Amino acid sequence: MVRATRSIVARLALFLALVLLAIGSGGGPAAAQSAPQVVNIYSARHYGALESVFRRFTQETGIEVRLSQGSVQSLLERLRAEGRATPADAVLFIDAGGLWIAAEEGLLQRVDSAVLRQNIPNALRDPQDRWFGMTQRARVIVYNANRVRPSELSTYAALGDPKWNGRLCLRPSSHIYTQALVASFIALHGERVTEEQIIRPWVRNNPRYIDSDTRILETIAAGGCDVGITNHYYVAQQLARNPDFPVRIFWPNQNEAGAHVNVSGMGITTAARNRDNAIRLLEWLSTDGKGQGAAPDTLSGGNFEYPANPVSPVHPIVAGFGTFKIDPMGKFEYGRFQPAAIRLMERAGYR
Amino acid sequence: MGYVYRLLLIGLAAVIMAPLLLVAANLLRLDATNWRHLWETRLPTMLLQTTLLVVAVGAGTLALGTGLAWLVSAYRFPGRGIVSWLLVLPLAMPSYVLGFVFMATFDYAGPVQTTLRAWFGPGAWFPEVRSIGGAALVLTLVWYPYVYLLARAAFAEQSSVTLDAARAVGLSRAGAFARLALPLARPSLVAGVTLVVLETLTDFATVRYFNVMTLSEGIFRVWEGMMDRDTAMQLATLLLLVALGLMLLERSLRGQARYTQAGGAVQRMQPVLLRSWCAAAALGMCLLVLALAFGLPATQLIAWTVAETRQPTLPTADGVAWRYIGVTLALAGGAALLTTLVALLLAVLGRLEGRRWQRVAVRLATSGYAMPGAVVGVGVLTLLATVDRALFGDEFSAALVLTGSLTGLLYAYLVRFLAVAYGSADASVEKVTPRMVEAARCLGAGRGRILWGVYTPLVRAGLLAGAILVFVDVMKELPVTLMLRPFGMDTLAIWTYMLAAESYWQAAAIPALLIVLVGVAPVVLLVRAGDRGRVAP
Repeated sequence: MVRATRSIVARLALFLALVLLAIGSGGGPAAAQSAPQVVNIYSARHYGALESVFRRFTQETGIEVRLSQGSVQSLLERLRAEGRATPADAVLFIDAGGLWIAAEEGLLQRVDSAVLRQNIPNALRDPQDRWFGMTQRARVIVYNANRVRPSELSTYAALGDPKWNGRLCLRPSSHIYTQALVASFIALHGERVTEEQIIRPWVRNNPRYIDSDTRILETIAAGGCDVGITNHYYVAQQLARNPDFPVRIFWPNQNEAGAHVNVSGMGITTAARNRDNAIRLLEWLSTDGKGQGAAPDTLSGGNFEYPANPVSPVHPIVAGFGTFKIDPMGKFEYGRFQPAAIRLMERAGYR
Repeated sequence: MGYVYRLLLIGLAAVIMAPLLLVAANLLRLDATNWRHLWETRLPTMLLQTTLLVVAVGAGTLALGTGLAWLVSAYRFPGRGIVSWLLVLPLAMPSYVLGFVFMATFDYAGPVQTTLRAWFGPGAWFPEVRSIGGAALVLTLVWYPYVYLLARAAFAEQSSVTLDAARAVGLSRAGAFARLALPLARPSLVAGVTLVVLETLTDFATVRYFNVMTLSEGIFRVWEGMMDRDTAMQLATLLLLVALGLMLLERSLRGQARYTQAGGAVQRMQPVLLRSWCAAAALGMCLLVLALAFGLPATQLIAWTVAETRQPTLPTADGVAWRYIGVTLALAGGAALLTTLVALLLAVLGRLEGRRWQRVAVRLATSGYAMPGAVVGVGVLTLLATVDRALFGDEFSAALVLTGSLTGLLYAYLVRFLAVAYGSADASVEKVTPRMVEAARCLGAGRGRILWGVYTPLVRAGLLAGAILVFVDVMKELPVTLMLRPFGMDTLAIWTYMLAAESYWQAAAIPALLIVLVGVAPVVLLVRAGDRGRVAP
């Protein structure tokens, strides 16, 4: 009995060792590295609209673009753990706060490129050129045009007015868009004012929390809320499908600091193995008619965002939203206030 | 037994436990300020909502799973043959998919409430969908098959002799169910509910849709949002301790109850024929559950897929679907093979080595199932990065050998899902008694014949069941895959998640439907194998 079972254990162990060996030798990243011209990106943006942009880049340059997608925070965690051995050459994040953190932690390197300096305005890139904003998205007040007059609206803080009780749709504090918005309030007003004059009044209005900007808009259209806060391009997406969509954009804080605008941007990792390819990609993406523009196969136009390159045209639907003043402060800085923003929202009972 | 085997057992257990220990080691870095903040803000809510959700889903799956299993085991009604295996299908539906379909259908802007408002005016009342109740309903519908499968297998093993005896002493059929069949099936029911509870504890995507603040959700909030990995890992360790406590509870609930039935070839319970409205009610009940848990979401996914292929809301490159399917099948298949092999090896070694602490070691090695996938992911990532650096140094030019490779990903799947395969492997190996082996040897069988003639047939069905469960689990898996997959290795689950996270629900329906389609075949196989071999997963 014992000998028979022993031989079974031995066979099993041998088989397992063979399986492990096969796996270990087969799937290593060595194969990925041997391909001649690639650039590997950790991306927090979804593929959909990106695919056609990168396909065009590959056609023009012969450099293949590979994406590994995840949330900003999980990608940061991955970069930290991998250190100098990371397979990523560049990051594509959807929040300046995340880019700021990556740069502060030494995960991104300085890029000395005349093309990038010319294409991307100072206000949209790191002062030390470790990351570059590629597109801009505004977090704005949205309202049901059948039930709310724009004259009733003014600032983010004014959504705390009791008249919006039960009429407000907000995104939960678990999402990075909410965190970045509140962090920018802290950068602007300090913690106490943010908590007492903005967040707590919002919470007192019993907002309906919905973890999707699109669903917030659809709920407002259906009458479940009258006002809310979303990114501008979600409204554009709805309008592209249905020009009669009843929800409109209101540019908040125009008599004050301006509307909160975030960037989606890129940086090159400190350990990039395909550095030259990565720089070429960034330069290409920052150029009008390549990555920048109003066409669907550009970084900005594909997602109804504002191009970072000032010479590039804006998508007609987005141009219809009019011009506005943006909050110039904090873009580089609010990354540091993000943990404080979450703690503040937790204290205030923001879901 | 030789020290080689002991070393092998301990070595395997240590390798599997290492990432979890690495996570638990964060307990050494407790920060009073962070914990005070947690305690003063969300921790009480998190604990309360976790408890409520676990109790609701546990009770829901227990009632639904047991009830349906008894219905198809003890009664005969038209369509019973088909619904008895159809009822397992929701197992192929990832919880986050059912979550977003329910949300899209039943929330304020969804078609159901819109219709109600059209009929009854804007004030029409509807329960809040984004709530613990909503989450509990969805999770119950997705996970009741765990209880159903085990309960059905348990009822099938109960001999009609026992039940006849109960009837003879004057118990009604309902009485026999409550006083005999149910207690006899208790170990299986407890095992099923434990699986459900662990799944509920570690679920992250679905609870977020429903605005429920569980411990698992809290780990992500602290870790991703507050960038406080230490506290997040400490919360994860707390969650692990809760889960280990529950697993201990399960053992003690099961330990006292080891019922054996007389005779080898039992005479199966004779189902009672239901007539007219009774039969209709029984069938109606089964169909209602099926419709909610599978019919409705599948129909919605098909409708979205059709709409998306006619007029895409997002461009999809040609042939991309096949690539995702290929990667998904390869990963799930590889993980199932690896996990089953390790589970079998551990089970055989554990049987050879009767010592208590060794069994404890094996049990601890399977505790990855009680950890949220992302936490297992960080543990594996940290461990492998350290090993990589120690082996090859910082300047190793061929990039990472372990991190960011298939090895890392499969290792993490092994840590996370070993429990799933181990349960059935252990139960199967248990069926091979020393006496059988000795009998075979007396009859002159060599080692090879004993392995293929005695072990293989007895163990096969159980191992297959375990492997299929791992396969389906990996296919639906998100957080580990998100964190550890190499470049270009995207699964159907990742594709679904990425689109659903951006609310491209219609576009997300295509990969979601593919997951369900790919998952249905192994799930049906599981039921068939179970029915033939009478081995519970």
